[in-house]
Amino acid sequence: MRTLLSDNTLVPPVNEHDHIQGPETAPITLVEYGDFECPYCGQAYPILKRVQRHIGDNMRFVYRHFPLTRIHPHAELAAEAAEAAGAQGKFWEMHDILFENQNNLEPPDLLHYATRLGLDTNRFSRALATHIYAPYVREHFMSGVHSGVNGTPTFFINGERYDESWDAESLINALEHVLLPDR
Amino acid sequence: MTSNAQPLLADGTTTVLPPGTTAPDFTLQSNLDHPISLRDYRGHPVILVFYPADWSPVCTDQLAVYNEILPEFQRYDAAILGLSVDGKWCHRAFATDRHLDFPLLSDFEPKGAVSRHYRAYISGDGTSARALFVVDPEGKIHWSYLSPIAVNPGANGILAALEDLAQAH
Repeated sequence: MRTLLSDNTLVPPVNEHDHIQGPETAPITLVEYGDFECPYCGQAYPILKRVQRHIGDNMRFVYRHFPLTRIHPHAELAAEAAEAAGAQGKFWEMHDILFENQNNLEPPDLLHYATRLGLDTNRFSRALATHIYAPYVREHFMSGVHSGVNGTPTFFINGERYDESWDAESLINALEHVLLPDR
Repeated sequence: MTSNAQPLLADGTTTVLPPGTTAPDFTLQSNLDHPISLRDYRGHPVILVFYPADWSPVCTDQLAVYNEILPEFQRYDAAILGLSVDGKWCHRAFATDRHLDFPLLSDFEPKGAVSRHYRAYISGDGTSARALFVVDPEGKIHWSYLSPIAVNPGANGILAALEDLAQAH
Protein backbone atom coordinates (compact mmCIF):
# COMPACT_ATOMS: atom_id res chain seq x y z
CA MET A 1 0.00 0.00 0.00
CA ARG A 2 1.41 3.39 -0.90
CA THR A 3 2.03 6.01 1.74
CA LEU A 4 -1.16 7.75 2.69
CA LEU A 5 -1.20 11.51 2.76
CA SER A 6 -2.69 11.95 6.17
CA ASP A 7 -0.01 13.72 8.10
CA ASN A 8 -1.93 16.94 8.77
CA THR A 9 0.33 19.28 6.82
CA LEU A 10 -1.04 22.28 5.03
CA VAL A 11 -1.76 21.74 1.31
CA PRO A 12 -1.39 23.92 -0.63
CA PRO A 13 1.16 25.92 1.37
CA VAL A 14 0.51 29.62 1.89
CA ASN A 15 0.78 31.36 -1.47
CA GLU A 16 0.05 34.62 -3.27
CA HIS A 17 -3.67 33.80 -3.53
CA ASP A 18 -4.03 33.78 0.27
CA HIS A 19 -5.27 36.58 2.49
CA ILE A 20 -2.20 37.47 4.51
CA GLN A 21 -1.52 39.95 7.30
CA GLY A 22 2.09 40.56 8.32
CA PRO A 23 5.46 40.58 6.59
CA GLU A 24 6.37 37.92 4.05
CA THR A 25 9.72 37.44 5.79
CA ALA A 26 8.13 36.60 9.16
CA PRO A 27 9.55 33.38 10.64
CA ILE A 28 6.08 32.23 11.74
CA THR A 29 3.01 31.72 9.62
CA LEU A 30 -0.24 31.08 11.48
CA VAL A 31 -3.10 29.86 9.30
CA GLU A 32 -6.68 29.75 10.51
CA TYR A 33 -9.43 27.78 8.80
CA GLY A 34 -12.55 29.51 10.00
CA ASP A 35 -16.29 29.94 9.64
CA PHE A 36 -17.84 33.39 10.19
CA GLU A 37 -20.89 31.89 11.90
CA CYS A 38 -18.96 29.53 14.17
CA PRO A 39 -19.10 30.72 17.80
CA TYR A 40 -15.68 29.22 18.57
CA CYS A 41 -14.16 31.18 15.69
CA GLY A 42 -15.90 34.21 17.17
CA GLN A 43 -14.16 33.49 20.47
CA ALA A 44 -10.84 33.06 18.68
CA TYR A 45 -11.17 36.39 16.85
CA PRO A 46 -10.11 38.74 19.70
CA ILE A 47 -7.57 36.16 20.89
CA LEU A 48 -5.88 36.22 17.49
CA LYS A 49 -5.80 40.03 17.53
CA ARG A 50 -4.03 39.84 20.86
CA VAL A 51 -1.61 37.18 19.61
CA GLN A 52 -0.84 39.26 16.52
CA ARG A 53 -0.11 42.32 18.67
CA HIS A 54 2.10 40.26 20.98
CA ILE A 55 4.17 38.46 18.32
CA GLY A 56 4.28 41.49 16.01
CA ASP A 57 6.35 41.34 12.84
CA ASN A 58 7.60 37.86 13.64
CA MET A 59 4.30 36.44 12.46
CA ARG A 60 2.05 36.51 9.43
CA PHE A 61 -1.56 35.54 9.79
CA VAL A 62 -3.53 33.82 7.05
CA TYR A 63 -7.27 33.21 6.93
CA ARG A 64 -8.89 30.47 4.85
CA HIS A 65 -12.59 29.61 4.66
CA PHE A 66 -14.09 26.46 6.14
CA PRO A 67 -17.85 27.09 6.29
CA LEU A 68 -19.81 24.27 7.94
CA THR A 69 -22.96 25.01 6.02
CA ARG A 70 -25.18 22.27 7.47
CA ILE A 71 -24.96 23.72 10.96
CA HIS A 72 -24.24 27.34 10.00
CA PRO A 73 -26.66 28.40 7.29
CA HIS A 74 -25.16 31.91 6.94
CA ALA A 75 -21.52 30.85 6.82
CA GLU A 76 -21.19 30.30 3.08
CA LEU A 77 -22.60 33.65 2.00
CA ALA A 78 -20.58 35.41 4.70
CA ALA A 79 -17.42 33.81 3.30
CA GLU A 80 -18.40 34.93 -0.19
CA ALA A 81 -19.04 38.44 1.20
CA ALA A 82 -15.51 38.55 2.60
CA GLU A 83 -14.19 37.56 -0.83
CA ALA A 84 -16.39 40.12 -2.56
CA ALA A 85 -14.99 42.76 -0.21
CA GLY A 86 -11.51 41.37 -0.86
CA ALA A 87 -11.99 41.95 -4.58
CA GLN A 88 -12.36 45.63 -3.66
CA GLY A 89 -9.35 45.59 -1.37
CA LYS A 90 -11.26 45.25 1.92
CA PHE A 91 -11.01 41.56 2.84
CA TRP A 92 -9.67 42.06 6.35
CA GLU A 93 -12.04 44.91 7.12
CA MET A 94 -14.98 42.68 6.18
CA HIS A 95 -13.45 39.72 8.03
CA ASP A 96 -13.39 41.83 11.20
CA ILE A 97 -16.93 43.17 10.79
CA LEU A 98 -18.31 39.67 10.20
CA PHE A 99 -16.68 38.27 13.33
CA GLU A 100 -17.86 41.27 15.33
CA ASN A 101 -21.44 40.73 14.11
CA GLN A 102 -21.80 36.97 14.01
CA ASN A 103 -25.49 37.08 14.85
CA ASN A 104 -26.30 39.42 11.99
CA LEU A 105 -25.27 37.71 8.80
CA GLU A 106 -28.42 37.97 6.70
CA PRO A 107 -28.01 39.33 3.14
CA PRO A 108 -29.24 42.86 4.10
CA ASP A 109 -26.69 42.88 6.95
CA LEU A 110 -23.89 41.97 4.54
CA LEU A 111 -24.96 44.76 2.22
CA HIS A 112 -25.03 47.17 5.13
CA TYR A 113 -21.43 46.22 6.03
CA ALA A 114 -20.39 46.73 2.41
CA THR A 115 -21.89 50.21 2.53
CA ARG A 116 -20.11 50.93 5.81
CA LEU A 117 -16.80 49.96 4.21
CA GLY A 118 -17.45 52.26 1.27
CA LEU A 119 -17.56 49.42 -1.25
CA ASP A 120 -19.17 49.58 -4.66
CA THR A 121 -22.39 47.97 -3.44
CA ASN A 122 -23.72 47.13 -6.90
CA ARG A 123 -20.65 45.14 -7.65
CA PHE A 124 -20.76 43.57 -4.17
CA SER A 125 -24.43 42.57 -4.48
CA ARG A 126 -23.89 41.13 -7.94
CA ALA A 127 -21.01 39.02 -6.64
CA LEU A 128 -23.20 37.60 -3.86
CA ALA A 129 -26.25 37.07 -6.10
CA THR A 130 -24.24 35.17 -8.70
CA HIS A 131 -22.04 33.37 -6.16
CA ILE A 132 -18.96 34.09 -8.22
CA TYR A 133 -16.72 33.48 -5.20
CA ALA A 134 -18.35 30.16 -4.27
CA PRO A 135 -15.75 28.08 -6.18
CA TYR A 136 -12.98 29.97 -4.40
CA VAL A 137 -14.54 29.31 -0.97
CA ARG A 138 -14.95 25.65 -1.95
CA GLU A 139 -11.28 25.53 -2.91
CA HIS A 140 -10.36 26.75 0.56
CA PHE A 141 -12.69 24.22 2.11
CA MET A 142 -11.25 21.29 0.17
CA SER A 143 -7.69 22.38 0.90
CA GLY A 144 -8.70 22.28 4.56
CA VAL A 145 -10.19 18.80 4.21
CA HIS A 146 -7.01 17.49 2.63
CA SER A 147 -4.83 19.21 5.22
CA GLY A 148 -6.62 17.58 8.15
CA VAL A 149 -8.93 20.39 9.25
CA ASN A 150 -11.15 18.76 11.85
CA GLY A 151 -13.52 21.50 12.92
CA THR A 152 -13.48 25.25 13.24
CA PRO A 153 -11.28 26.96 14.02
CA THR A 154 -8.32 24.78 12.99
CA PHE A 155 -4.87 26.34 13.09
CA PHE A 156 -1.63 25.49 11.31
CA ILE A 157 1.69 26.82 12.55
CA ASN A 158 4.31 26.85 9.81
CA GLY A 159 2.29 24.28 7.91
CA GLU A 160 1.68 21.80 10.74
CA ARG A 161 -1.73 21.34 12.33
CA TYR A 162 -1.83 22.73 15.85
CA ASP A 163 -3.86 20.43 18.12
CA GLU A 164 -3.40 22.14 21.47
CA SER A 165 -5.52 24.72 23.24
CA TRP A 166 -5.87 28.07 21.47
CA ASP A 167 -6.37 30.41 24.39
CA ALA A 168 -4.04 33.42 24.02
CA GLU A 169 -1.46 32.17 26.50
CA SER A 170 -1.14 28.68 24.97
CA LEU A 171 -1.00 30.04 21.46
CA ILE A 172 1.61 32.66 22.35
CA ASN A 173 3.69 30.01 24.13
CA ALA A 174 3.53 27.70 21.13
CA LEU A 175 4.49 30.49 18.74
CA GLU A 176 7.32 31.72 20.95
CA HIS A 177 8.58 28.17 21.14
CA VAL A 178 8.79 28.14 17.34
CA LEU A 179 10.73 31.41 17.47
CA LEU A 180 13.05 30.31 20.27
CA PRO A 181 12.92 26.50 20.48
CA ASP A 182 15.65 26.34 23.14
CA ARG A 183 13.86 28.48 25.67
CA MET B 1 -6.25 20.70 27.20
CA THR B 2 -6.30 16.95 27.60
CA SER B 3 -3.40 14.74 26.74
CA ASN B 4 -2.52 13.77 23.21
CA ALA B 5 -1.31 10.34 24.35
CA GLN B 6 -2.71 7.25 22.68
CA PRO B 7 -5.57 5.78 24.69
CA LEU B 8 -5.16 2.38 26.28
CA LEU B 9 -7.76 0.05 24.84
CA ALA B 10 -9.84 -2.56 26.63
CA ASP B 11 -7.47 -5.38 25.73
CA GLY B 12 -4.46 -3.43 27.04
CA THR B 13 -3.12 -2.60 23.58
CA THR B 14 -2.95 0.70 21.74
CA THR B 15 -3.84 -0.62 18.29
CA VAL B 16 -7.18 -1.18 16.65
CA LEU B 17 -7.93 -4.01 14.20
CA PRO B 18 -5.34 -3.70 11.42
CA PRO B 19 -5.71 -3.62 7.62
CA GLY B 20 -6.21 -7.02 6.03
CA THR B 21 -8.49 -8.25 8.83
CA THR B 22 -12.06 -9.21 7.99
CA ALA B 23 -14.27 -6.49 9.42
CA PRO B 24 -16.47 -8.08 12.11
CA ASP B 25 -20.10 -7.95 11.00
CA PHE B 26 -22.68 -6.34 13.27
CA THR B 27 -26.33 -5.40 13.43
CA LEU B 28 -27.13 -2.37 15.59
CA GLN B 29 -30.02 -0.08 16.33
CA SER B 30 -29.61 3.37 14.83
CA ASN B 31 -31.12 6.83 14.83
CA LEU B 32 -33.12 5.68 11.81
CA ASP B 33 -36.20 3.50 12.21
CA HIS B 34 -34.43 0.28 11.38
CA PRO B 35 -31.35 -1.61 12.56
CA ILE B 36 -28.26 -1.45 10.35
CA SER B 37 -25.84 -4.26 9.50
CA LEU B 38 -22.39 -3.93 8.04
CA ARG B 39 -23.21 -6.63 5.47
CA ASP B 40 -25.96 -4.38 4.06
CA TYR B 41 -23.15 -2.39 2.48
CA ARG B 42 -21.29 -5.24 0.81
CA GLY B 43 -20.09 -4.02 -2.60
CA HIS B 44 -19.36 -0.50 -1.31
CA PRO B 45 -16.52 0.91 0.75
CA VAL B 46 -17.72 1.69 4.28
CA ILE B 47 -16.25 4.28 6.62
CA LEU B 48 -16.73 3.35 10.29
CA VAL B 49 -16.35 6.26 12.67
CA PHE B 50 -16.12 5.14 16.31
CA TYR B 51 -16.37 8.10 18.67
CA PRO B 52 -16.77 8.50 22.44
CA ALA B 53 -20.07 10.33 22.82
CA ASP B 54 -22.81 12.38 21.23
CA TRP B 55 -22.79 16.07 22.25
CA SER B 56 -19.16 16.28 23.38
CA PRO B 57 -17.42 19.20 21.66
CA VAL B 58 -14.69 17.28 19.87
CA CYS B 59 -16.99 14.61 18.43
CA THR B 60 -19.43 17.25 17.37
CA ASP B 61 -16.88 19.01 15.22
CA GLN B 62 -15.57 15.75 13.84
CA LEU B 63 -18.99 14.56 12.69
CA ALA B 64 -19.91 18.04 11.39
CA VAL B 65 -16.86 17.98 9.16
CA TYR B 66 -17.69 14.50 7.82
CA ASN B 67 -21.29 15.58 7.28
CA GLU B 68 -20.09 18.52 5.24
CA ILE B 69 -17.94 16.41 2.94
CA LEU B 70 -20.42 13.59 2.28
CA PRO B 71 -20.32 14.40 -1.46
CA GLU B 72 -16.59 13.63 -1.44
CA PHE B 73 -17.23 10.24 0.16
CA GLN B 74 -20.02 9.59 -2.31
CA ARG B 75 -17.59 10.16 -5.17
CA TYR B 76 -16.00 6.92 -3.98
CA ASP B 77 -19.43 5.27 -3.62
CA ALA B 78 -18.65 4.98 0.08
CA ALA B 79 -21.10 4.82 2.98
CA ILE B 80 -20.29 6.34 6.37
CA LEU B 81 -21.57 5.08 9.73
CA GLY B 82 -21.00 6.69 13.12
CA LEU B 83 -20.81 4.37 16.15
CA SER B 84 -20.86 5.13 19.86
CA VAL B 85 -22.33 3.60 23.01
CA ASP B 86 -25.13 6.19 23.10
CA GLY B 87 -28.70 4.89 22.84
CA LYS B 88 -30.75 5.35 19.69
CA TRP B 89 -32.91 8.11 21.15
CA CYS B 90 -29.84 10.07 22.09
CA HIS B 91 -28.49 9.52 18.57
CA ARG B 92 -31.78 10.64 17.12
CA ALA B 93 -31.82 13.92 19.06
CA PHE B 94 -28.16 14.55 18.27
CA ALA B 95 -28.47 13.78 14.54
CA THR B 96 -31.54 16.01 14.27
CA ASP B 97 -29.89 18.87 16.13
CA ARG B 98 -26.76 18.73 13.96
CA HIS B 99 -28.52 17.94 10.68
CA LEU B 100 -26.41 14.82 10.26
CA ASP B 101 -27.13 13.07 6.99
CA PHE B 102 -25.54 9.72 7.82
CA PRO B 103 -26.63 7.04 10.31
CA LEU B 104 -25.46 6.86 13.92
CA LEU B 105 -25.37 3.35 15.36
CA SER B 106 -25.88 2.42 19.01
CA ASP B 107 -23.26 0.05 20.38
CA PHE B 108 -25.50 -0.05 23.42
CA GLU B 109 -26.50 -3.63 24.23
CA PRO B 110 -24.38 -5.42 25.14
CA LYS B 111 -22.56 -2.18 25.74
CA GLY B 112 -19.55 -1.62 23.52
CA ALA B 113 -19.56 -5.17 22.10
CA VAL B 114 -18.93 -4.08 18.52
CA SER B 115 -16.31 -1.53 19.58
CA ARG B 116 -14.53 -4.33 21.48
CA HIS B 117 -14.53 -6.54 18.37
CA TYR B 118 -12.78 -3.74 16.48
CA ARG B 119 -10.44 -3.23 19.47
CA ALA B 120 -11.81 0.29 19.69
CA TYR B 121 -13.23 0.30 23.22
CA ILE B 122 -11.81 2.06 26.26
CA SER B 123 -13.01 0.15 29.30
CA GLY B 124 -11.93 2.71 31.90
CA ASP B 125 -14.08 5.31 30.19
CA GLY B 126 -16.83 2.92 29.13
CA THR B 127 -16.86 4.46 25.66
CA SER B 128 -15.70 3.73 22.16
CA ALA B 129 -12.28 5.03 21.27
CA ARG B 130 -11.89 7.68 18.60
CA ALA B 131 -11.09 5.27 15.78
CA LEU B 132 -11.60 5.19 12.03
CA PHE B 133 -11.87 2.24 9.65
CA VAL B 134 -12.26 2.05 5.91
CA VAL B 135 -13.76 -1.32 5.00
CA ASP B 136 -13.39 -2.45 1.38
CA PRO B 137 -16.31 -3.63 -0.78
CA GLU B 138 -15.52 -7.27 0.11
CA GLY B 139 -15.70 -6.58 3.83
CA LYS B 140 -11.99 -6.44 4.69
CA ILE B 141 -10.43 -3.61 6.64
CA HIS B 142 -8.39 -1.54 4.19
CA TRP B 143 -7.23 1.15 6.61
CA SER B 144 -7.59 1.81 10.30
CA TYR B 145 -6.56 4.62 12.59
CA LEU B 146 -6.71 5.21 16.33
CA SER B 147 -6.66 8.86 17.34
CA PRO B 148 -5.59 10.27 20.68
CA ILE B 149 -8.91 10.72 22.48
CA ALA B 150 -8.69 14.52 22.65
CA VAL B 151 -7.58 14.94 19.06
CA ASN B 152 -10.21 15.03 16.43
CA PRO B 153 -9.06 13.26 13.27
CA GLY B 154 -9.97 15.16 10.12
CA ALA B 155 -11.09 13.51 6.91
CA ASN B 156 -7.76 13.54 5.13
CA GLY B 157 -6.81 10.02 6.25
CA ILE B 158 -10.20 8.65 5.19
CA LEU B 159 -10.02 10.31 1.77
CA ALA B 160 -6.48 9.09 1.20
CA ALA B 161 -7.56 5.54 2.11
CA LEU B 162 -10.59 5.72 -0.21
CA GLU B 163 -8.37 6.99 -3.02
CA ASP B 164 -5.90 4.21 -2.37
CA LEU B 165 -8.72 1.65 -2.38
CA ALA B 166 -10.13 3.02 -5.65
CA GLN B 167 -6.71 2.70 -7.29
CA ALA B 168 -6.21 -0.82 -5.97
CA HIS B 169 -9.51 -2.03 -7.48
